[in-house]
Amino acid sequence: MATTAANTYRAGPDERGHFGIFGGRFVAETLMPLILEVERAYAAARKDPAFRDEFAYYLEHYVGRPSPLYLAQRLTRHLGGARIYFKRDELNHTGAHKINNCVGQALLARRMGKTRIIAETGAGQHGVAAATVCALFGLPCTVYMGSVDIERQAPNVFRMKLLGAEVKPVTSGSATLKDAMNDALRDWVANVEDTYYIIGTVAGPHPYPMMVREFQSVIGRETRAQIMKAEGRLPDTLVACIGGGSNAIGLFHEFLDEPKVAIIGVEAAGKGIETGEHAASLTAGSPGVLHGNRTYLLQTEDGQIKEAHSISAGLDYPGIGPEHAWLKEAGRVEYVAITDEEALEAFRLCSRLEGIIPALEPAHALAQVMKIAPALPKDHLIVMNMCGRGDKDVFTVAKRFGVSL
Amino acid sequence: MSLERIERRFAALRAAGRGGLIAFISAGDPDPETSMALLEGLPGAGADLIELGVPFTDPMADGPIIQAGSQRALKAGASTRRTLEMVRRFREADAGTPIVLMGYYNPLYVYGPERFSRDAAAAGVDGLIVVDLPPEEGEELRLPAEAAGLALVMLATPTTDERRLPAVLAHAGGFIYYVSITGITGTRSAAAEAVRAALVRLRHHTALPVAVGFGIREPAQAAEVARVADAAVVGSALVERVARNLDAAGRAKPGLVADVLALVGGLAAAVKGARRAAAAERARPA
Repeated sequence: MATTAANTYRAGPDERGHFGIFGGRFVAETLMPLILEVERAYAAARKDPAFRDEFAYYLEHYVGRPSPLYLAQRLTRHLGGARIYFKRDELNHTGAHKINNCVGQALLARRMGKTRIIAETGAGQHGVAAATVCALFGLPCTVYMGSVDIERQAPNVFRMKLLGAEVKPVTSGSATLKDAMNDALRDWVANVEDTYYIIGTVAGPHPYPMMVREFQSVIGRETRAQIMKAEGRLPDTLVACIGGGSNAIGLFHEFLDEPKVAIIGVEAAGKGIETGEHAASLTAGSPGVLHGNRTYLLQTEDGQIKEAHSISAGLDYPGIGPEHAWLKEAGRVEYVAITDEEALEAFRLCSRLEGIIPALEPAHALAQVMKIAPALPKDHLIVMNMCGRGDKDVFTVAKRFGVSL
Repeated sequence: MSLERIERRFAALRAAGRGGLIAFISAGDPDPETSMALLEGLPGAGADLIELGVPFTDPMADGPIIQAGSQRALKAGASTRRTLEMVRRFREADAGTPIVLMGYYNPLYVYGPERFSRDAAAAGVDGLIVVDLPPEEGEELRLPAEAAGLALVMLATPTTDERRLPAVLAHAGGFIYYVSITGITGTRSAAAEAVRAALVRLRHHTALPVAVGFGIREPAQAAEVARVADAAVVGSALVERVARNLDAAGRAKPGLVADVLALVGGLAAAVKGARRAAAAERARPA
């Protein structure tokens, strides 16, 4: 990549999908021509006003965008410092930000003449979103899901089936999200002619990290307009949780070149970084190549991928989107980690104080907000992405609290 | 040595007027000693070249059989370093049979492409097949590998179209590995006619030998492929035979090595007889 002055953080990736040394296209040859086809089709679609209008139409009338930017007054008062806003992407149809990306990719698949959709899912939010758009557009859908996740996210499994999707349990490896992604890629290799793979996060081979970011960037664009209207200025700090990193990049990307906006990404520290049982690839991992891109991974010295651990199935992934790896090394975004316990405390507090039961994923972001807000001045504006609602997690949390439902 | 060992072996096959058999096993599957015994037994059983799988936790291009073999190996302590150690030991007794390592990029990347290339060449490895390293990303391994005298074997598939083929072949070394199906290892098999057509297409673009793999399980299939290709690759069938010779606790039963090598022997015999049989058929009056 040619060296450019570091006057923008928004120019990446380069034409081959690299963010610095990260990203790229590390896939089997069978998939390469297909991925190049997706790239060509997306490059044409994003320039086509008809495609953009169609995407905007479904976001408004089907997803329910724009999602509100909400001042969490009781939480703000409780913490006694910064003014805390929630970007309410949990109010989207299907209850999370995942639907933004699924609408975009399903429209692309339809445009490419593909007649079958596959997807991977961890928490089940992306699987539900994929199943939803497939119902909407009348496309058959197969969702790969680790058998461990199937057990801890039973409501979402049932939801996907109601929507007409086939949920295929994945028992290989650690039977979680990374293995679901392996099996989805294996399916794709075997069904290249008719199948389109909707990747749920800003990872995978180019153009996925860029494409998913662009579909999710609506979050940041709305936030800018909404905070300008509410406060007449930009926020001081953005906070979002990170599994693969799609809700975070969706919020962050709009503000990367605003030097006064501090940006914090929150990984899952699981039982604690020091225990080794966590999902914090940026905090405690190292660069490697998995699932089509180079990025930070949880791995052994031999380059074997380690299992991630988090109470939140959506953060339970041993990798991270390559753009986050690059933003970390560039020093533009600060990445921190929050434990299961801290997230559960935030989950409880948010439910009581704001009447919003957050998903366990944004509960991690909220726990970070709870750490920093009290010491910040009262005119400091924090925007946190409330990227999913917690209905899917009530069983997990009840179990953790020792309550049987 | 290295790249030349591959060239010499294919030249010898050509001189003998036959296609070769490439046998695949996972390094360290099901345990270090058994795997070493298998590796050492392969040439004697009739393998012309050896593909040694470098175990990886997330083998995305492999079907359940090779995934399981990889997991068994890792559980028994396999690693990239130990894979090279196996090759070093193998070379003490066999200087002629080419060994190509097959695996995924992450373990090599983490080892360090330059250090890995040097260590692999020193151990007696001849070539590398890195499933998830397409030519677009391949330079960072290809340059040190070539400098160390290793061939970077490229994969071509039914989806590699005319537009892409030149890029794939531009820096290919040793031989071309033609993946005969769109799919993962050990699943379906390609029709003989499709393989034949693909070989015609590939040979139009390259003078390198072409090995054909994925989905070849039976001696008859191997023979059919070896009739038209420079070599047939058999992997899942061998790894499955390893799995069949494990006890309930996953330990190797006494007859494992002999059973797997007998399978290799059957495949080798079929491959060796393939062109003679074909010639005899052609000579028979209609």
